[in-house]
Amino acid sequence: MVEDEGIRRYVAHFILWIGIAIVAFPVYIAIIASTQDNALIANGQMSLLPGGHFFEVYYQTIFVGTSGSTREPVGNMMLNSLVMALAIAIGKIAISIISAYAIVYFRFPFRMSIFWIIFITLMLPVEVRIYPTYKIVADLHMLDSYAGLSLPLIASATATLLFRQFFMTVPDELLEASRIDGAGPLRFFWDTLLPLSRTNMAALFVILFILGWNQYLWPLLITTRDDMQTIQVGIRKMITTTDALTEWPIVMATAVLAMLPPVFVVVVMQKLFVRGLVETEK
Amino acid sequence: MANVTLRNVRKTYTGGFEAIKGVNVDVADGQFCVLVGPSGCGKSTLLRMVAGLETVTGGEIDIGGRVVNQIEPADRDIAMVFQNYALYPHMSVYNNMAYGLRNRGMAEAEIKTRVAEAARVLELSAMLERKPRQLSGGQRQRVAMGRAIVRQPKVFLFDEPLSNLDAKLRIAMRVEIRKLQRRLNTTSIYVTHDQLEAMTLADVLVVMNGGQVEQVGNPLAIYEKPATTFVASFIGAPPMNLMSTRPDEIKSQLGGSATEADIVGIRPEDFVITDQAPAGGVALPLTVEAIERVGAETFVYGSREQEDQRVAATPGELPPGEIIVRIPGTDAPAIGQKIRVAAVRPKLHLFSADGRTRIEA
Repeated sequence: MVEDEGIRRYVAHFILWIGIAIVAFPVYIAIIASTQDNALIANGQMSLLPGGHFFEVYYQTIFVGTSGSTREPVGNMMLNSLVMALAIAIGKIAISIISAYAIVYFRFPFRMSIFWIIFITLMLPVEVRIYPTYKIVADLHMLDSYAGLSLPLIASATATLLFRQFFMTVPDELLEASRIDGAGPLRFFWDTLLPLSRTNMAALFVILFILGWNQYLWPLLITTRDDMQTIQVGIRKMITTTDALTEWPIVMATAVLAMLPPVFVVVVMQKLFVRGLVETEK
Repeated sequence: MANVTLRNVRKTYTGGFEAIKGVNVDVADGQFCVLVGPSGCGKSTLLRMVAGLETVTGGEIDIGGRVVNQIEPADRDIAMVFQNYALYPHMSVYNNMAYGLRNRGMAEAEIKTRVAEAARVLELSAMLERKPRQLSGGQRQRVAMGRAIVRQPKVFLFDEPLSNLDAKLRIAMRVEIRKLQRRLNTTSIYVTHDQLEAMTLADVLVVMNGGQVEQVGNPLAIYEKPATTFVASFIGAPPMNLMSTRPDEIKSQLGGSATEADIVGIRPEDFVITDQAPAGGVALPLTVEAIERVGAETFVYGSREQEDQRVAATPGELPPGEIIVRIPGTDAPAIGQKIRVAAVRPKLHLFSADGRTRIEA
């Protein structure tokens, strides 16, 4: 019986390792390829062991970029992506926590209508309303700008609903105690509701940052200047070359670099994130 | 320090439901007033109206000579202790107590003195840096009290503050609250559904039912002379035995002016097991059905020969015809035994047929 347990455990672990290998192998290939010589990859002779061009490739990627297709250092692309992702994540959280506060704690005319209008926008993602949104952004002269990249994506029904649900679980007595303690609506929001929402905000930030970071269609449409490219758009442009060899080590290095910020956010926010999901204590 | 006066206070919700139907109560300065009644009688609503958490749709609420109907809770100079404590979960004990003072722009040094003093009184000094979730129920309760004390308000409002505690702690905290209130000498209004809490805490007891005041007065006076059958059965445990006088068996025993009474009430503790019938009193034959021994006393549940003569004052009471007798010690008759119980005339409570009028005779 005890031996059985042991064998079973080895089998289970073996299967798990296979799963991990399947998931991790492409990432491994990307990292390896980003350290190889381009000619070697083009010949189909890529080794599965790290090559000797690590510093060279990454230096060129970050500070120079590809020689042909993108003409832009990836460092700058990352900065663009980072600004956009942060603006979207922080903007979404700020806007939706305020609108959820209004909907849950204030009685004003058409409160429920407004709530339902927000709710309905769930069915209208950017892809659906892309032409009118583009028109508005163009008319406001926000093409090729950070504002144009992030503003249209900031309004969020999902986050508003999430905060609304959370606010409704906050006991009414806390609001009443605050009122007796002389805290007005703004103080209650700032002193009590925001601190209580901290874990929700962290969880949401992780999701929204990655969402913003991975935007492709919208930045592709509204940015034409090279120095406003985001990294996701850049990778795609690097791969499709018409009359030259795709510079695979640089493409792979860019892919690896594109993975780093989301990984960083998830790892750093992990603790808060998990707490946000499991915390029931109010 | 202030007195609180409610003048014909009413609360009608937008749907038309009348939760408070004209309440008049006068709480003198430094008095401890307890609002007691069954669930849904409007006692909590009334307290929340005094706090300013519910709007007043009729009448006036007067705190310290100032009508506060339109005044924000923060400006009424009251402090409230909630049933679930309503502590700010993300703030330390110190900040929980200091928050209301900071919002009023009090100097930090003064806040520190006040919180330290309250913490000393409530034995919380060692846990000022802790968060509410690290405290036990009783400690949270004390923090909630501390939050009220540091404000030094004109009036304390308590909304069933002990109902989340276990029985033993509840009794201890009950005594604490009373001692604290005596020492601070602050006017207090306390809501509870527990008649024992109400009896032990109150200077003035307000018994409420269905959005109305049934009786106001000193708790012992109410115990001795309940004004209605509702009060009679609500105050005192086990509840008073209420019987119809219609069968001649009782009416003939009463005699004289008492014959106009349609309901007679006798507290379980006023019965004596005896074969003698006291003059003008009531004697009843009973068959013993159940015995409860609790140590110092014993409850005897007996049924009368005739069913349905007992008046059911509120739903969920004993079945009609069942009588509770409370006798000291553990010496009780056997189950199934036929006994006679009697109560003397001064211990009888006589009421009109609708139970709304007490008849003195």
